[in-house]
Amino acid sequence: MPERPLAPTLRPFDAVGGWTIALLDSLGRFGTFFAEALGAVVTPPFKFRAFIDRIDYIGYRSLLIILLTGTFTGMVLGLQIYLTLVRFGSEAFLGPAVALSIIRELGPVLAALMVTGRAGSALTAEIGIMRITEQIDALTVMALNPMRYLVAPSILAGLVTFPLLTAIFDVVGIFGGYLVGVKLLGLSPGTYFGEMQTFVDLNDILTGFWKSLSFGVIVTWVCTYKGFHVGHGAEGVARATTQAVVLSSVLILVWDYFMGSILQ
Amino acid sequence: MITVEGLTKSFGRQPVLRELSLQVATGSITVIIGRSGGGKSVFLKHLIGLLRPDAGRILIDGVDITGLRGGALDEIRRRYGVVFQGGALFDSLSCHENVAFPLREKLRLPPDEILKRVEGALGQVGLEGMGAKLPGEISGGMRKRVAIARALVTEPEIVFFDEPTTGLDPVLVNTIHHLILDLHRRLHFTAVMVSHEIPEIFEIADTVAMLHEGRIAEAGPPAAIQASQNRVVQKFIRGEPDNSEER
Repeated sequence: MPERPLAPTLRPFDAVGGWTIALLDSLGRFGTFFAEALGAVVTPPFKFRAFIDRIDYIGYRSLLIILLTGTFTGMVLGLQIYLTLVRFGSEAFLGPAVALSIIRELGPVLAALMVTGRAGSALTAEIGIMRITEQIDALTVMALNPMRYLVAPSILAGLVTFPLLTAIFDVVGIFGGYLVGVKLLGLSPGTYFGEMQTFVDLNDILTGFWKSLSFGVIVTWVCTYKGFHVGHGAEGVARATTQAVVLSSVLILVWDYFMGSILQ
Repeated sequence: MITVEGLTKSFGRQPVLRELSLQVATGSITVIIGRSGGGKSVFLKHLIGLLRPDAGRILIDGVDITGLRGGALDEIRRRYGVVFQGGALFDSLSCHENVAFPLREKLRLPPDEILKRVEGALGQVGLEGMGAKLPGEISGGMRKRVAIARALVTEPEIVFFDEPTTGLDPVLVNTIHHLILDLHRRLHFTAVMVSHEIPEIFEIADTVAMLHEGRIAEAGPPAAIQASQNRVVQKFIRGEPDNSEER
């Protein structure tokens, strides 16, 4: 039986209702996907080869971009913080200021954003292409769980690689600050590193660690989900890839605020 | 025996399958023909459990698979081999690894047994020595043959072919059809094939079923379908254009 057209006054409510249902539906699918992925992570058999491949894909191949962005972030911070501190005659605090900014905040966030741009987008595109070329269907009809082969190894690799890449980002960032503060602006190395040891404690390092660990889950979860639920053809893959990068980046910043509030 | 009863499926407000019923005899080759966009691939996806119907039943040897999920559905799928339209080969794996994949992951056979079976399967489809190549490095016809080798290497009871010859030249179409026929004679699987290849499929099919507007318009042996008086069937197998009646 054909549906009666809605009265014009009711159409905005119809649109809002439709939008709300669609939003709840996607949130439900997003959550169910994560629950299924967790199920594949914690139950055998564990796909060790796929896990190692993902560590290479997400971690090792992101190393160069992390080294580059980490160094230049440290150099920019070193310069800008020095120029501010020197007005107050407090340039001795350059080392701790650079280290705290990078370890607590910029290291985990910028490393996660860089890995999202490089590996997250590639992850979505790869899984998306597997979806549209029926490779995921092929796994399913072989009575094999695609979550176990494609998603679980990616999430586990995210848990391992994000903290490691963040640690590397932190080290080269502090070194970048050293290059500018000590080698360029003439601060003594003892002041730069000595004050850092005084002001940076284990709690700061743990804050960065927990953030990077959670970003590892967020990025791999979002990017594999978007790849799995790709639309049709090349346009669908392109749209999913863009959405994956944008959503991951927004979630990284939003989650960073909440983590920062909790881990003060 | 595969029995399909009253299978109905719509996407949104678009009906695709309308109370479709069909029987596929064990050990036979049944070819589903019909216009592009007529629901043949959707029907096949229901048979392999990738889509769920809105109504109707699919019985595999008496077991209704439409209500099965998880492990119970996987038990049925273990008896399947599927050749997808584009091959669906894993493009990061070599041809050898693609064929070995279900043996390693599904049957968990020892490496020496896998090697023997993969070499045998690639040999059967005429691709000896090509195992090291990636799917992207071989031709479309070769990819289809690797896909057939992968689907058959586990010696499944039921094999589904989704347009296995689409996009190939006439020589390759015949080569693939004879390969399927030859493998069928040796392995005695039940085959369900979706195809557009008229009249070639009449040489290999035991039963031809014409799908039209979401229903089976007619099903029977190739000779009966070729002699059918059904206007829809005749129009399709003669390749008459849509407006032919108006001329």
